Amino acid sequence: MQVPAQVEYERATSVAHALALLTRYGPEARILAGGHSLIPMMKLRLAQPETLIDINGLSELSYVTVAEGTLRIGALTRHAQLLDSAVAGGHFAILHDAEKVIADPIVRNWGTIGGSLCQADPSEDLSAAFAALKATMVICHPGGTRTVPAREFFTGPYETVVAPAELLTEIRIPVRAGGGSAYEKVGRRVGDWPVGAAGAALWLAGDTVSDAGIGLTAVGAKHFAAAEAEEFLCGAPASEESFARAGEIAAEHCTPSSDQRGPAEYKQHLAKELTVRALRRALHRARAGDA
Amino acid sequence: MQITVSVNGDAYTQEVEPRLLLIHFLRDELRLTGSHWGCDTSNCGACVVWLDETPVKSCTVLAAMADGHRVRTVEGMGMPGRLDPLQEGFSRCHGLQCGFCTPGMMLTARWLLDHNPDPTPGEIREALSGQVCRCTGYENIVRSVRWAAQYEAAGRDGGPSGGGPGETGHGPTATGVTG
Repeated sequence: MQVPAQVEYERATSVAHALALLTRYGPEARILAGGHSLIPMMKLRLAQPETLIDINGLSELSYVTVAEGTLRIGALTRHAQLLDSAVAGGHFAILHDAEKVIADPIVRNWGTIGGSLCQADPSEDLSAAFAALKATMVICHPGGTRTVPAREFFTGPYETVVAPAELLTEIRIPVRAGGGSAYEKVGRRVGDWPVGAAGAALWLAGDTVSDAGIGLTAVGAKHFAAAEAEEFLCGAPASEESFARAGEIAAEHCTPSSDQRGPAEYKQHLAKELTVRALRRALHRARAGDA
Repeated sequence: MQITVSVNGDAYTQEVEPRLLLIHFLRDELRLTGSHWGCDTSNCGACVVWLDETPVKSCTVLAAMADGHRVRTVEGMGMPGRLDPLQEGFSRCHGLQCGFCTPGMMLTARWLLDHNPDPTPGEIREALSGQVCRCTGYENIVRSVRWAAQYEAAGRDGGPSGGGPGETGHGPTATGVTG
């Protein structure tokens, strides 16, 4: 039987209260959102916080909205809410592509976007999706807020820039016309972490790529992104040939590890092939006006 | 800490450890053993209950997180002599073998039919994709949910006939629900 170790429990009633509790209890306190990463880690003693600060009552952190050219996702938004959000899927199809293959419908009912990001699993799907979209993370601290680019949010496996007395509150994505996006994942079975996955966002000027974002997860990509492949694509024709080369460049810069999900060579192959597939589908959507 | 949870309409106030999981609160504290404790890793779905209006895996939710909320378990689905159509469907279509996964399957299926009264076999499989039947009786589980959907549709269209659609073990749509 797996049960968490003894732990203290506090319930936050506002963001300010959550920050005050984090300050009071120090670095051995952990934010409890959906708990679908933290509670399994606690059962295995991979995490052993002294205090849990439950933020499930903070409904002000649960929303998906577009305002002033920015899609905003509250950190307490459940995966199922993001998947149900027509505004999120309408602007960024990649988010719905990714959410459909994250865990399973019941886990998605309770797991949160912010929780997944703060868990910072090296195979997290949303990390690649938000890297592709060049999202910005909003982090609250007792003195105010700060913003961090998605690609600078993760400092290593299971580590982020969020300090002990800080709280991730929002993810922002700029809405720009003329783009398309997609997410492609290979997993061993429904609900599993990816063996490899790639997300792509493309913006076009005629038949030329004017801007590109490529996110990769589970394949040892720096910052969950393929910056060199993006650089190659910008200004290149939006063609199969360009995408094939971008896939090769993306794979060249990955350093996957062999594990129970597959050998490194296979993951490198996936990085290439899934980058191409994601770019292809993103282009199709950009041309169809489907975002 | 003290928590008050409404389970199937009855309020329970108990002293619990913050680390107590909701599944153990239901089974060990309240003795509501209909919800099953399976894999313990939020994979199998045997422990699915509703938290307010949402099915969740109760092995990965603390009882403390349910404080002030409503929980619905299989014990709250129907009553003897007046089963929920899903319970009736699982009974008629042989939707269980060992029965261990059944409470979770039915609670998720109840949510599905409440939101999508006429799901396709594919939609049923997708909705239940976070739940495992180790007897591998998935075909009959899908048939059971379809049976309930058709029974409820008949009720909406002119009152339940009493027997529902199909009196045989495989229901009327056996050929149509091969998934």
